[in-house]
Amino acid sequence: MPSSPASRYTRTAITLHWLLALALLGSFCVGLYMTGLPLSPQRLKLYNWHKWAGITILTLSIVRLVWRVTHRPPADVPMPAWQQRAAHWAHRALYTLFFAVPLAGWAYSSAAGFPVVVFGVLPLPDFVPADKALAEAIKPLHAALAWTLALVVLAHVAAALKHHFVDRDGLLARMWPART
Amino acid sequence: MKIYLSIASLAVAAAFAAPACAQQLAPAGSEIAFTSKQMGVPVDGRFKKFDAQVAFDPKKPEAAKIAFTIDLASVSLGVAETEAEIAKPDWFDTKKFPQASFQSGAVKATGAGKYEVAGKLTIKGASQNVVVPVAIAQTGAATTATGAFTIKRLDFRIGDGDWKDTSMVANDVQVRFKLALTGVPAL
Repeated sequence: MPSSPASRYTRTAITLHWLLALALLGSFCVGLYMTGLPLSPQRLKLYNWHKWAGITILTLSIVRLVWRVTHRPPADVPMPAWQQRAAHWAHRALYTLFFAVPLAGWAYSSAAGFPVVVFGVLPLPDFVPADKALAEAIKPLHAALAWTLALVVLAHVAAALKHHFVDRDGLLARMWPART
Repeated sequence: MKIYLSIASLAVAAAFAAPACAQQLAPAGSEIAFTSKQMGVPVDGRFKKFDAQVAFDPKKPEAAKIAFTIDLASVSLGVAETEAEIAKPDWFDTKKFPQASFQSGAVKATGAGKYEVAGKLTIKGASQNVVVPVAIAQTGAATTATGAFTIKRLDFRIGDGDWKDTSMVANDVQVRFKLALTGVPAL
C-alpha cells in the first residue's frame, strides 16, 4: 500500500519518537527506584546513568525539535476541534518538558555539588552555583516536572490507543515503524 | 615548694618542647583538602581538625622534622549522608582509627623555596612512604607552605568491600594542603 509523503511521519521523526519514548520511560523508572536506595555503589551507578540518560535525552530533544520545525508533520486525522486543540497543546507540553525535566535535573546536580560528567569523561559546566538551599528548592521541581511529563505521556498514549482501537482512523500507523 | 616545683617542671617542659616545636601552626589559615573521583565526578572534602609539629629551618632542610596528625572524624564533604558513610569500617573506620598521621624522614631543597619532604603516611593502620613537594612563601613573620600529592586509597583500605571497584570510586585521591606557620626562620 503506497502512502503519500504527508500521510506518515518521516523515518527520522519516527526513530527519534521511539528512541526518546524508551529513554524517557527508562530514566523515569530508574529515577523513581534510585532515590529510595541506601548509599551504595549501586546507587552511585544508577544516579550517574540517570544523569547521562538525561543529558542524552536533552541532546536528542534538540535534534528532534530542529527536525520538527523544519519538517511538516502529516495533517491531523479528522476529529472534533477540542480534541485537535488538546492534542496540539499536549505536544507543546511534551516538547517543553523534554527540555525542562533534564535541565532541572542538571541544575539540581550542580547545586548539590556534583557536576555532571557525561559518560564519566565529559564534564558539563554548572549553570547554577553549588548551594544546598538551592539544591533543596530544585529537587522537588525536578520531580514535579518529571511527574507532569509522565502524566502528559500517559494522556498521549491513551489518546493514541483510543484513535487506534476505538476510532480506527489510522493515526497510530503514521508513527509506527515502517513495514519493509 | 610546690610552686617552685611547678615552675621548674614548666621550665623543663618548655626547654624540651621548644626545639621540637619551634614553629606554630595557625589553624585558621591552614587547610588540608582532598579530591576523589566518583565515576569521573570530582568530589571535594577537607579536614577541619588537624595539628602539626614543625621544626624547620629553610637553610637546614636536612635537619627538619615535620609531624602531622589529622582527626579523620573532622572530615567535611558537604553532604551529611556521605560524612556518615565515610566514618564506617569500609572507609575511615573512625572509631578504630581516629587519626591519620605523617612523620617526615629526609627533607631536601629542590629549588628556591621548594622542598621535597619524604615521609611515612599512616591511615587506618596502614603505612606508606610518600614524597611530598612543598613550596614555601614568606611575608614578614608569616610562612605559608603549600603542596599536593596523590595517594592510592586502596593502599590504605579506604573504600573496602563493595567500594573496592575503582571504576566507581577512582583509586587516586589528590591531597592538597596549605599550612600557615609562624616562627619559621627566613628563607
